[in-house]
Amino acid sequence: MKEPSTEPQQDVDPTAPNEAERQARRRRAEKVQILLFFAGMALLPLVVTNSYYIHVFTFIGLNLIVATGLNLLMGYAGQVSLGHAAFYGMGAYASGILTAKYGWNAWPAMGGALVLTSAVAWVIGKPTLRLKGHYLAMATLGVGIIATVVMRQWVSMTGGPAGMQTPGITFFGHELESHMDVHYFYFVWAWVGVLMVLFANLVASRPGRGLRALHDSELAAQVLGIDTAAFKVRAFVISAAYASIAGSLYAHSSMRFLSPTPFDFHTSIALLVMVVLGGQGTLWGPVLGAVTVTFIQEALRPWAQYDIVVYGLLLMVLMIFMPGGLSRGLSTLWQWTAGVARRIRGRGRGGEDRE
Amino acid sequence: MMDVQIWQFFLSGLTTGGTYALIALGFSLVYNATGVINFAQGEFVMLGGMITAASMSAWGLPLWLAALMAIAITTLVGLALDRAAIRPARNASIVVLIIITLGASIFMKGLASIIWGPDERSLPAFSGEAPISVLGATITPQSLWVLGATLVTAVAMWIIFEYTIVGKAMRACAINPHAAQLCGIQLSRMVSWSFGLAAAIGAIAGIVLAPITMTQYDVGMMLGLKGFCAAILGGLGNGLGGILGGLILGVLEALGAGLVSSQYKDAIAFIVLIAVLLIRPSGLLGREGVAE
Amino acid sequence: MSEPLLRVSGLTKTFGGLTAVNDVGFEVREDQIKALIGPNGAGKTTIFNLLTGVLQADSGTAQFRGNELVNSPTHRIASLGIGRTFQTSLLFDQMTVLENVMVGHHLRGRANMITASLRIFGVSAEEREYRELAMAVLELAGLADLAGRSAAELPIGQRRLVEVARALAAQPKLLMMDEPAAGLNMRETDEMGELIQRIRAEGVTVLLVEHDMSLVMNISDEILVLDRGQFLAEGSPEQIRDDERVLAAYLGAEAVD
Repeated sequence: MKEPSTEPQQDVDPTAPNEAERQARRRRAEKVQILLFFAGMALLPLVVTNSYYIHVFTFIGLNLIVATGLNLLMGYAGQVSLGHAAFYGMGAYASGILTAKYGWNAWPAMGGALVLTSAVAWVIGKPTLRLKGHYLAMATLGVGIIATVVMRQWVSMTGGPAGMQTPGITFFGHELESHMDVHYFYFVWAWVGVLMVLFANLVASRPGRGLRALHDSELAAQVLGIDTAAFKVRAFVISAAYASIAGSLYAHSSMRFLSPTPFDFHTSIALLVMVVLGGQGTLWGPVLGAVTVTFIQEALRPWAQYDIVVYGLLLMVLMIFMPGGLSRGLSTLWQWTAGVARRIRGRGRGGEDRE
Repeated sequence: MMDVQIWQFFLSGLTTGGTYALIALGFSLVYNATGVINFAQGEFVMLGGMITAASMSAWGLPLWLAALMAIAITTLVGLALDRAAIRPARNASIVVLIIITLGASIFMKGLASIIWGPDERSLPAFSGEAPISVLGATITPQSLWVLGATLVTAVAMWIIFEYTIVGKAMRACAINPHAAQLCGIQLSRMVSWSFGLAAAIGAIAGIVLAPITMTQYDVGMMLGLKGFCAAILGGLGNGLGGILGGLILGVLEALGAGLVSSQYKDAIAFIVLIAVLLIRPSGLLGREGVAE
Repeated sequence: MSEPLLRVSGLTKTFGGLTAVNDVGFEVREDQIKALIGPNGAGKTTIFNLLTGVLQADSGTAQFRGNELVNSPTHRIASLGIGRTFQTSLLFDQMTVLENVMVGHHLRGRANMITASLRIFGVSAEEREYRELAMAVLELAGLADLAGRSAAELPIGQRRLVEVARALAAQPKLLMMDEPAAGLNMRETDEMGELIQRIRAEGVTVLLVEHDMSLVMNISDEILVLDRGQFLAEGSPEQIRDDERVLAAYLGAEAVD
């Protein structure tokens, strides 16, 4: 019964690139994309001269740094965090307190904040990342809320809800002036660039694949020798480190002022939305998400008390129709409209149409 | 002296705990039916208090009528939430569902601030303010109303789930939705029931609590989250556990605020939450191993 | 005779009141193809789970080249040189076939999250090397054409092959295969049998759980029969075929073909 099972290899053109080469090419293409994107961002202030918009774009950069870190945790390692604003705030306050209260230079303060936040993330992450799904979500939510309470109540250090003043940062001996928003724009986006390149490198390598592997199947990953528990904690620490850097940049930004509100539960949610809305597990998803969410928030600002109504409604509608993110969502939306149109037409002809 | 003080904290904690218990009950109902953590649960509490207060002041309705109306309207809101937001996203991931219910919560909060303004409102105590002395400590009659409402609701839920067809069907759906459907139980209707009941219970909590703590358009989120802590403490999806968790959480919070630090009162529930998740994620009464 | 590659003794596991594995002991010698068979509920997969640290054993030991496997973490067992495939192939569905196999190389890599982010200490070269090695493994398994396909799209037969290729990429000493032929048609089953023999020829010892008796009888050097968690018989395929107890156990549970 046995026939020789020499599966005939399809005649392949030996000069055609195999998948390994194609993968390498995709990596190179990605680098070009990153380069083009940041070249575009560098030219942006030439087109957008309004200092308010420059300020908004600086803010998008900060959000993007946190969202990129969160994307590593959620999109790649598959772990939820509902409290990432806590690390953002921790970086900001650690930087602010070290400079304002202890007279540190902003650069070592940033480093100090980074070390501190990463250490805290490790201590928190090690036990909590054993949890899954809703339970992990709730634990991280708890961490976020406790952090906000501390920011509000530790008045002697943080100034409480009234906030605290923070000093600026010097760059190669050049003090970044608080009224020159464009300096901060370049400063923040330079950081975005560096951190995005590091991120792209990470996810396209052995540890990055390890994270995606445990996202798909923890068991299969373990059987291949991946210490999934340790990997999750490391991803958590790195994502907290990204948040901490963004926080430090915020602390020394042109506002030179810190208060607990920008780091509360609602920011954690906004960050979550940036990652999910843009498209988890992709390099460009958080970019799309950070731009969209920050612009929505800014656009709603003048609507006074109507802003949260619209914001809440948008969150619901976007997530109901685009659970897979904007890019995938747009095609779903198209199908849905087509479906409704069909149904209306069907009903016009008296056709019954039930789910 | 100290003992009386602790006893006093205990009693006032029990009162807040009663509210948490009711909110936890709502969480568990929806969680069992859908596997969804409904972050808008706290808004039902806000709606209960706000609608009652607003309709009393605007139309001069008597308390009982205003309360009934508030429960009815909130129930409808719960049903609408299920229809409009949860059902279309039934198969979405946990994160997406979390964002949807959070969006709903923010939306309701915003709507409340537009309709009723940003001011605090209060309800009159149901049966006077004269404090009752209990073994040296005092308790307001309204606290008894809260505890009474918790007790009555708990018993009512028990009766519903043990003795009515609908309750049994809901339990069946929670245990095995697929098998329940094979037995002819319509899952979507059971989900509606859960949302309706959860909303009604939330509204009740909001109404009985309003005379004690005042109410405002934005009280829902924090109350909801603490109710959630209570649900986890008791065992997510376990009704009795949720009630127990709520009462314990209320007492711990009052004791912590009174004896340790009142500034960090809001953190206590979440410290308890994290401790429970790390030590025994299935909670006090939950089955073990559910979270792993 | 030399020291066996794997020596299991006294392995016991209970779930509640049910004893799934009861005092089981056996040996696997180097370069052997050894099969674990038995009617449903015999405890075969449980033994695999105990040996790979997926489940904690109540008692018993399993020595693999001087290392204790029982109650060790799964990833550490993998690092000792033990590969495993599953009854329902556990592929990383969001990755391509090539990437799946590249994950298989994990144990041989050095890049950590920091060096990988910074692309220092030869990470790029390592990355290139693994890409090419993975490609070579796929070519060996006749899967090169599928390299760029998403793992989620593959039919069951190819999923199994990819899973085996991925396990082999880690260059294990011992490969534990849980029902490699489940869900395969006759031709695919034959191919799987040949693949297993090729794997052994490459110097990898194979321990398999399998229901397909003709496959087991064809390729195994030695067969261990379990029944309701207990040792029933052990021997060459011929000995097992003629064993009355085995026949009784199978007839008592289900018919054999």
